[in-house]
Amino acid sequence: MTTLAVISAGLGQPSSTRLLADRLAAATVAALRRDVSVETIELRDHAHAMVDAALTGFPSGTFRAAVETVTNADGLIAVTPVFNASYSGLFKTFFDVVERDALDGAPVLLGATGGTERHSLAIDYAMRPLMAYLRATVVPTGVYAASADWGADGGLADRVDRAAAELAALMEARPAPEKADPYDEPVPFERLLAQGAGQ
Amino acid sequence: MQFGIFTVGDVTPDPTTGRAPSEAERIKAMVAIAAKAEEVGLDVFATGEHHNPPFVPSSPTTMLGYIAARTERLILSTATTLITTNDPVKIAEDFAMLQHLADGRVDLMMGRGNTAPVYPWFGKDIRDGIDLAIENYHLLHRLWREDVVDWEGRFRTPLQSFTSTPRPLDGVPPFVWHGSIRSPEIAEQAAYYGDGFFANHIFWPKEHFQQLIALYRRRYEHYGHGSADQAIVGLGGQVFMRKNSQDAVREFRPYFDNAPVYGHGPSLEEFTAGTPLTVGSPQQVIEKTLTFRDHFGDYQRQLFLMDHAGLPLKTVLEQIDLLGEEVVPVLRGEFEALRPAHVPATAPTHASRLTEEVR
Repeated sequence: MTTLAVISAGLGQPSSTRLLADRLAAATVAALRRDVSVETIELRDHAHAMVDAALTGFPSGTFRAAVETVTNADGLIAVTPVFNASYSGLFKTFFDVVERDALDGAPVLLGATGGTERHSLAIDYAMRPLMAYLRATVVPTGVYAASADWGADGGLADRVDRAAAELAALMEARPAPEKADPYDEPVPFERLLAQGAGQ
Repeated sequence: MQFGIFTVGDVTPDPTTGRAPSEAERIKAMVAIAAKAEEVGLDVFATGEHHNPPFVPSSPTTMLGYIAARTERLILSTATTLITTNDPVKIAEDFAMLQHLADGRVDLMMGRGNTAPVYPWFGKDIRDGIDLAIENYHLLHRLWREDVVDWEGRFRTPLQSFTSTPRPLDGVPPFVWHGSIRSPEIAEQAAYYGDGFFANHIFWPKEHFQQLIALYRRRYEHYGHGSADQAIVGLGGQVFMRKNSQDAVREFRPYFDNAPVYGHGPSLEEFTAGTPLTVGSPQQVIEKTLTFRDHFGDYQRQLFLMDHAGLPLKTVLEQIDLLGEEVVPVLRGEFEALRPAHVPATAPTHASRLTEEVR
């Protein structure tokens, strides 16, 4: 079954970041022409575990399961509040803990929330470079929701639908690549030796 | 099964007093720990190698040579010897010299080192880490087995008609382990040569090391050194004991909470649940250590980290007493009773390699 992972880095409960994440997820499910299972991860629930993982070098317990959910998913929706002109520390900590190659080629939809529209470009100047480094494939439309977007229609629903359609199309067009397991298929020693060109 | 101590050699303030030992005190403490290991019947003492503060052991064979003179039975080893930034020619010479002085009571463990600045300090690049480990060890392996070596590689100046002296004791090179935390290439390397593979095992959950050791065992068989369950595996462990487990937890907690590696992160309870660390009674240590065999198969060497995080020497020596008196004798019996006859009981020693004429 296709799986869609959703990360919400909001701190409030209830959180407008979670609200946006849920809308993006629902729209993506509606746009996908296949059965999909949605797994939503509230990073706040893993806050201590993420700091522990940053210090010890390994994720443990339920956080480990959350990381595996994200890295094994066919698509990812990642939503953060904008704090001090960028993603939240919680959001960044999650991606610092994930193995560097784990999101290679993964289809990703980015969302962000904030008090005013003035921070809407944070998706493009902060979140996209992070995803580029991780070699994820980010859909063209990022969805930013300011407080005002939850009232009078400022086009949020249209942006959500457009971004969701882009993510669904990417997930359908491009199944996640098979990941080679280096512990299963090691590089034979003779090749390792030849690479170094020693004799 | 061989049991022993491995030490990082960190100079860390005791968090309960704020006092840090001097370098001289720490170095002498490492010697006292090695002597205690022999006194209580342990088999191995292994020192780390570091080239930056707060660590003292930059010159392992100097320390091991001194310990060799003050012990009679203990196998002297390393955890690890930096195969990336040391000249393999100097490793060949230093450890052959140590072999002669210690009457063969020597083996060593190759490691890459993960402190980035050490590489440029020694004229190397950490991005070449795997290639350095492969090429340098290949040269080291030849230097101990061929009297005259011609060599040209990527990383070292060429050699023509070079003889590494002294030659290994009785013509038998020291047994070599390869230690790695995450690199399948190193497990493959250990398997190729039929050397031992050591999983440091502490600090990280077992699942991580299970795949490395499974790979090493499978490839050991592939390269024709024996069956997978005959491959030579070593594991690390970390314990703190008191007769009463609540006393152990109470006494160790400030050291755990402030430890250089995991301090200020997970709780002691979370960490003992998720990693091999045991804080409790000798019986709890016995039970936890026996599970290592369930996870990794019959193995040949168990090293314990006992002296880090600022624990005072007196406490460390008490810990080693408990290990030697109450834990290891029970573990020896249990592991031996479970071991199939075709699986080696211990890692190869100089005496066993001399008999088998392993080259």
